[in-house]
Amino acid sequence: MSALLELHDVEARYGPVQALRGVSLEVPEGEIVAVLGANGAGKTTTLRAVSETVRRSGRIELGGKPLRGGPEAAAKAGVAHVPEGRGTFTELDVTENLRLGAYTRRGRRADADIERVAAWFPWIRERGTQRAGTLSGGEQQMLALARALMSRPRLLMLDEPSLGLAPLVVREIFRIVRELNAQEGLTVLVVEQDARIALDAASSAYVLEVGKVAVSGSAGELRENEAVRRSYLGY
Amino acid sequence: MRRLALPLVAFAALIVVVMVFPAFVSDFRAQQFAYVAIYLVALIGLNVLTGYTGQISLGHGAFMAIGGYTTAILMADHGVKDIWTIPLAALVTGAAGFLFGIPALRLSGLYLALATFAIAVAMPAVLKRFEGFTGGGSGINLFGTPELTASLTPQSVLGFELSFNNWLYYLCWTVALVSYVAAWLLLRGRTGRALRAVRDSETAAQSSGVSLARYKTLAFAVSAAYAGVAGSLFAIATTFVNPDTFPIALSITLLVGVVVAGLGSLVGLIAGAVFVQFLPLWAQEISRSPGAPAVVYGVILILTMFVLPMGAAGLVGRMLAKLRR
Amino acid sequence: MGDFLQQVVSGLASGAIYASLALALVLIHRATGVINFAQGEMATFSTYVAWTLTTNHGWQYWPAFVVTLLLSFAGGVGVHQVAIRPNEKGSVLRVVIVTIGLLLLLNGLVTLIWSGEVRAVQSPFPTRTIDIGGVAFSIQDLGTIGVAFATVALLWLLFQYTKLGLAMRAAAVNPAEARLVGVRVTWMLSLGWGLAAVLGAIAGMLAAPSVFLDPNLMAAILIYAFAAAVLGGIDSPLGAVVGGLALGVGLNLIGAYVDFVGADLRLPVALLVILVVLVVKPSGIFGKREVRKV
Repeated sequence: MSALLELHDVEARYGPVQALRGVSLEVPEGEIVAVLGANGAGKTTTLRAVSETVRRSGRIELGGKPLRGGPEAAAKAGVAHVPEGRGTFTELDVTENLRLGAYTRRGRRADADIERVAAWFPWIRERGTQRAGTLSGGEQQMLALARALMSRPRLLMLDEPSLGLAPLVVREIFRIVRELNAQEGLTVLVVEQDARIALDAASSAYVLEVGKVAVSGSAGELRENEAVRRSYLGY
Repeated sequence: MRRLALPLVAFAALIVVVMVFPAFVSDFRAQQFAYVAIYLVALIGLNVLTGYTGQISLGHGAFMAIGGYTTAILMADHGVKDIWTIPLAALVTGAAGFLFGIPALRLSGLYLALATFAIAVAMPAVLKRFEGFTGGGSGINLFGTPELTASLTPQSVLGFELSFNNWLYYLCWTVALVSYVAAWLLLRGRTGRALRAVRDSETAAQSSGVSLARYKTLAFAVSAAYAGVAGSLFAIATTFVNPDTFPIALSITLLVGVVVAGLGSLVGLIAGAVFVQFLPLWAQEISRSPGAPAVVYGVILILTMFVLPMGAAGLVGRMLAKLRR
Repeated sequence: MGDFLQQVVSGLASGAIYASLALALVLIHRATGVINFAQGEMATFSTYVAWTLTTNHGWQYWPAFVVTLLLSFAGGVGVHQVAIRPNEKGSVLRVVIVTIGLLLLLNGLVTLIWSGEVRAVQSPFPTRTIDIGGVAFSIQDLGTIGVAFATVALLWLLFQYTKLGLAMRAAAVNPAEARLVGVRVTWMLSLGWGLAAVLGAIAGMLAAPSVFLDPNLMAAILIYAFAAAVLGGIDSPLGAVVGGLALGVGLNLIGAYVDFVGADLRLPVALLVILVVLVVKPSGIFGKREVRKV
């Protein structure tokens, strides 16, 4: 399986603080890869490095080509980054949020795309004019996913989708992600605090510690390794 | 103690230079530098507000107007001698600043700039309207009144015979230097630190126990009082006030002066005052058009933000830092 | 009654001018958090350009109008890219000082290029009155209201129904998230400045025939626009329009019927409005309360 996304020795910093100290990882095409680790380990920063919303150095390639030119270029290249906190445009309505998702696509097929995406989230059809800020946390997360799908991305990056959501809702979201991967072959890179649910969905995972990759392997390996589970994953 | 030594010596040297200066220059030059001192007083006050607490005021011209008119009214209608009107003007204007400071508490950054801008623009119209008090559009003329020292005959001070311009020069610089020292005393130690804390982060200052209300209002009152003194001196210097003496352009010019001087430091303020006084003249040499000074002011203001966000004082600070290494 | 209606309509006409400039201020504030103190001078400059085209180069009014709008748009974009963008990383104070510098620069430039003489400007509308229901209304007033209304309507269509308008709105409220979906936020901000400059030019060109053309053409109107924007809510386009119209009508009526105020104190009344609103409800009629996150 060829790698859709490759990171080689990526470093990143916030001003004087170094958040990533040389992270290398691969996301094979059509797979779900998880990035795990404690708070402050650098998980979110890894995603930010890919969409270049943080100062970074090192090599990042999408489909063999280097990713450069800021977040707008990453979006154009097919990276859909759903940030921490969902990144919902709270003052705009649901339909406008979806339309923004399709911003990088030329042509006027927005309405047809909304139909396609609404197949995954049927409730969207009825709530088109509702202000996105008034949606519940779970609905906003689903809206964010829907928005990402509007751009027909090559790579979907999810930052802590479980944050602030009830377990039932989290399970539903991961179910949808797994189905998207199974049915449409969507490649996913997901950052998660909840290691257990992430490992259930992912095929491989990287565990970060203080800005570096501490452990990596297939999801199955990591799940079965008690030592790893206890020291890095908290269960 | 050693930290005070160098600045004290420098200050003493400054006093000597200031005192001796008029002997070497023409009467006219002395008058020009008297105005430098007046602007210096205004800038010191504005600096307390903008440099130390970070609040922008585009309205200090209006406070100068209050001070100027207080002096003019006291001299023309109540026969108060010019020098004694100065502290009175300071009190009146300080009170006005305090009163304004109370509602101003609720305004941050831009909104405050907007509100002060509004006051400065309104002031001339208000002055015109209340004719009985202010003499309306024609203003108040102080020339030739006995309350104005040295206006009719030269004043004798310490055995020296001073013409009006020289007397004016010494008056203004004495007031300026005293104001400088007063501000310095106010700003070192607790008060200065509190004011700077307000500038750097209001929420942080509040949570560390600094009473925002008290310090913001204090800053306003103090800076207004200084502007009032400057306005008072201005009225004495020009011997005349009318609603157009203190236009919005003056408020903007003062802000330019404090920005060029370097927000937050007393060092560059003399440079700022010189700038404010002489720039229109330098601009005239570039082009005779009445629009020239404004263009130069504007360009310098913009360039300063690009090149020297900390103003002239920042540049001096950086140079000194390099020398120390 | 007829007199009252006339005052209302003429107040609406002035209000339409204030609303246009207020809308410009709101556009920029919404997008960049900055109050552009130079908005009035930019408008004055544009108006002089229009005047030069018609008077010195003999152009017809409406072609000159359109070309002036295009030039103003370019000017607004240019100002943002050159003067504002490099300072955006600093504090808001820095950008505001730059706009004040621009105010001075443009005011001086106008005097330098065209001299400070006061000039009479021809209006595109006939100066007659038209009779509606027995009351005489000035065609100039009606025309002004019409042009302003058309402009606001076009802008509304742009923002609500086009992809570009959506992107501009997104860039204004959530710039970071907008970048993630591929919106070039900096260019959207420049477009905002360009549109604001166009609005200002329209305000200036509508005002010039009645107020005469001189370098201080827009100085008072800028204050009225500030008052309108603050009254309506400095982040609310609807507020700017409503505020502007309300202010125009209100000031006209107060000026006509309240002796104490007369013509002289209209400006201070507007300023009083600014002060009162800022102290009582800074977010204005249509604005939302600002929550400061610690």
